[in-house]
Amino acid sequence: MFDNVKIVYHQGKQFITDTANAKVPGIFRGRPVISFEKVNEAELVDLCPVDAISGNPVSIDLGKCTFCGECAKQFPNKIRFTTDYKISTNDRNRLIVKEGDEEPIEVDPEKVRNEIRRIFGRSLKLRQVSAGGDNSCEMELNAANNVQFDISRYGIDFVASPRHADGIVITGPITENMAEPLQICYDAIPEPKIIVLVGTDAISGGIHVGSSALDRSFLDKYPIDLYIPGNPAHPLTIVNGLLDLTRKRKI
Amino acid sequence: MIYTTIINNQTISISDIPEMNYNEFIDLNTGFLTNSPEKHCVNYFGYPVSNQIRLICCIADDNTHQIYLSSCFVKSGDQLDSFTARNFNFEKFEREIHENFGVDYNDHPWLKPVRYAKNRFDPSQTIANYPFFSIESDELHEVGVGPIHAGIIEPGHFRFICNGEQILHLEIQLGYQHRGIEQQFLAKKKLLQRTTIAESIAGDTVVGHTTAFSHVWESLCGFQPSHDMEYARTLALELERMAVHTGDLSAVCTDIAYQLGSAVFGRLRTPIINFMQEWGGNRLSKGLIRPGRNQFPFTPELAQRLAGILDVYEPDFLEMNEQLFQLPSALSRFERTGVVSYEDVLSIGTVGMAARMSGLSRDIRQSHPFGLYPEMNHEPIIKHHGDVYSRVQIRKAEVKQSMQYIRNLIQNVPESSENEPVFQSPKPNSFTLSLVEGWRGEICHCAITDEQGELAHYKVKDPSFHNWLALALAVRNNEISDFPICNKSFNLSYSGHDL
Repeated sequence: MFDNVKIVYHQGKQFITDTANAKVPGIFRGRPVISFEKVNEAELVDLCPVDAISGNPVSIDLGKCTFCGECAKQFPNKIRFTTDYKISTNDRNRLIVKEGDEEPIEVDPEKVRNEIRRIFGRSLKLRQVSAGGDNSCEMELNAANNVQFDISRYGIDFVASPRHADGIVITGPITENMAEPLQICYDAIPEPKIIVLVGTDAISGGIHVGSSALDRSFLDKYPIDLYIPGNPAHPLTIVNGLLDLTRKRKI
Repeated sequence: MIYTTIINNQTISISDIPEMNYNEFIDLNTGFLTNSPEKHCVNYFGYPVSNQIRLICCIADDNTHQIYLSSCFVKSGDQLDSFTARNFNFEKFEREIHENFGVDYNDHPWLKPVRYAKNRFDPSQTIANYPFFSIESDELHEVGVGPIHAGIIEPGHFRFICNGEQILHLEIQLGYQHRGIEQQFLAKKKLLQRTTIAESIAGDTVVGHTTAFSHVWESLCGFQPSHDMEYARTLALELERMAVHTGDLSAVCTDIAYQLGSAVFGRLRTPIINFMQEWGGNRLSKGLIRPGRNQFPFTPELAQRLAGILDVYEPDFLEMNEQLFQLPSALSRFERTGVVSYEDVLSIGTVGMAARMSGLSRDIRQSHPFGLYPEMNHEPIIKHHGDVYSRVQIRKAEVKQSMQYIRNLIQNVPESSENEPVFQSPKPNSFTLSLVEGWRGEICHCAITDEQGELAHYKVKDPSFHNWLALALAVRNNEISDFPICNKSFNLSYSGHDL
C-alpha cells in the first residue's frame, strides 16, 4: 500500500491540463505553410509519394499527405511544416492547404449536423474499426486514452460494442477483406450516428491508393462527419478534433 | 554442393542459387533442420517464372552466420510431398505457396488459406467461408471473436473450442488487414513510395521494417551505408524496442486489472516516443529511416536530451517493476499461464521473443548481426518457462538492456554524412536477403530483380508469421479468461502478417 502511494507520488501529475494549447516537443510535422517563392513546381509535384501536392498554385492535400516531410526538406523556402497539430476538420476541402494559406484548420460549425452537438455534446461513445490500418493510428487512439491525453475526461470513450456506440472511428485504407465487417458494424450502431476517419490511409487510401486489395465503397455511401489527418494522427489532433465537432466552444 | 551460401544483406546473382529436382530439394532443406536447433527457415516462397513457379528456400545457420539458399521449379497443380510432414517449421510457408500458386501437397496436415491475398490462386475461397476446425460434442462449445475486436486493436477472427472455461483449441484466422503490400512494392516505382510502403507494413515496427527495406535496397544498388546511417538505425531500433516493450507491460497490467501498472507503464512509453518525435518529427518514427541517407542526423544536443530523458525514465521504470514483480496477485496470473514448451517453439519455428521465452536462442542481433551490432557483442535475454511470466520478464530485461546499449551509443555521436546518395540502379537478375531483429523478432525481406534491374518479386516476412501459432498453442488447457494476457504478452502483428 505504502509502496503504491510512493509510486503515485513519484509519478506526479501527468495529465496535460490544456489539451487545446499544449505545445508538442521538438520538431513535428503538423499543418504546413506554403510560401509564394518560385520553385520548379513539376519537380515538387513529382517528389510527393502520394500525389498530395498540386501545382499552380501549389497546394498540399492533408487528406493524402503522409507527412514524410520530403517536400519541406527539398524545398525548405517553399514548404514548412509547423507544429500546429489542430488540423482536424469536417470539411474535406479545408484539408487542402494552398500557397500563402496560414489560417488554422477548423471544424466548420455551419456544416455540423444539428443533432451532433445537441445529443453528443456531453457524452460520446465511439466504436473503432481498424480496416487495414497498420496499427499506428490505432496506437495513437489508445494513447488518446492514456493518463496524459485522457480523452475520457471529456466524456469521450471507446466502447466494445457498436450497440453501445454513437459513432464509428475508421482507421486504415479499408481492405476488401474488411469491407463487410465494417458495414455490419456501422449498421449495428443506433441512429443518430457519426463517422470519423482517422489518418491519411482512412481519408484517402494514403500510400495504398491503387492497390486492388482495397474496397473503399463504404465511404461513398455516407457523409463523413470528421477528418482527423496524420500518419498517424497525433493524440492532440484526435482530442481537439472530436471536441471541436461535438462541443460548443467560445469563439 | 547443391546449395549456395550467403550472409545477411548480401546480393547474389539469381542464377547462383542452385536448382534441383523436388526430391533433392525436400531432402536438403528438411535435412538441414533435423536435430539442428541452430538452424531454421527464415523464408521459403515462390515466384512466377514464365509458366512455372520457382521455389526458393532460405535456411539460416545461427552458429556460422550463414544462410543456405536452394531452389526448385514446380507448376500450379503439382501434387508434391510437403516439407511440413517432415518438419513443422515449413507449415505456414507451404500454406502460402499453396494459396498463392495452387501448388498442392499430398500430406500437408493443415492446408488452409493464410491471408486471402487478393492475387490468390483460387478466388472462390473467401474469407467469410474459412474452414474452421470443429469438434462434434455435446459437452464442448465454440466461442467466436472478431474480426473486429473489443478494443482499439487490429482485426482477426479467433475461434475457441472450450470445455466450460477451459480452452481445448484455438484457431486464429487472419487476412483482414491484407492491403497487397508485396504487390505494391512492384507497382510503385519511386524509391520514396517503396520506403513509405515499408513504413506501413506494421506501424509498431516502423524502424524494423524500414531498416530491412533500406538494407535490401542498398545492397541491391551496391551502396555501402555509412557509419552514421547504421548508427541512427541501430539507435532507433533499440528505442523502438524500449517504447513497445514498455507499452506492452502496460497492456499486460491492464489485462490483469492492475490499474497502477497500466497507467504508469503507459505513461512511461510517452517520453521515449516523444523523443522519437523530437529527433525525426514523428512519434512512431515514420520518415526517420531512408535508404542511402541519414535523414535526421543524430546530434550531440539530441544525445544530451536523450540522456536526460533516460535518467528520469529509469527510476520510475525500475520502481514500477519492483512493485509489479512482487505483487502476489500479478504473479499468480503470470506464472504457468500460457506455457509453450521448448520442443513446441522449436518445432513450429518461432523467432524473437516468442522463442527466447522457452530457452530457444533466436536473435538476429547475435546470430546474423547487422548495423552496429557486430561490435556490441549482444547477448540475447533467454528465459525458460515459456509462460506469460517469462514473456513479461523478457520485456523488463530487454528494456534495461536496450537502455544500456543506448547509453553506450550516445557516448560517441558520429559526424553525419550529408552527401546526397549516389545510387546505381539495382543490379539485374539478383537476389538479396535482409534480416533485422525488430522488437518482436526476426524480420526478413527478400528482393529479386529482373534483367532490367526492376523489382520482379518482393517478399516480406514479419516475425508474427511464425509466432501466431505459438499463441494458439499457449492458450491450450488455459481458462478462456486468461486469453487476453496470453495475447498481450505476445503482442503479435496483424498487418505485418496480412501484408
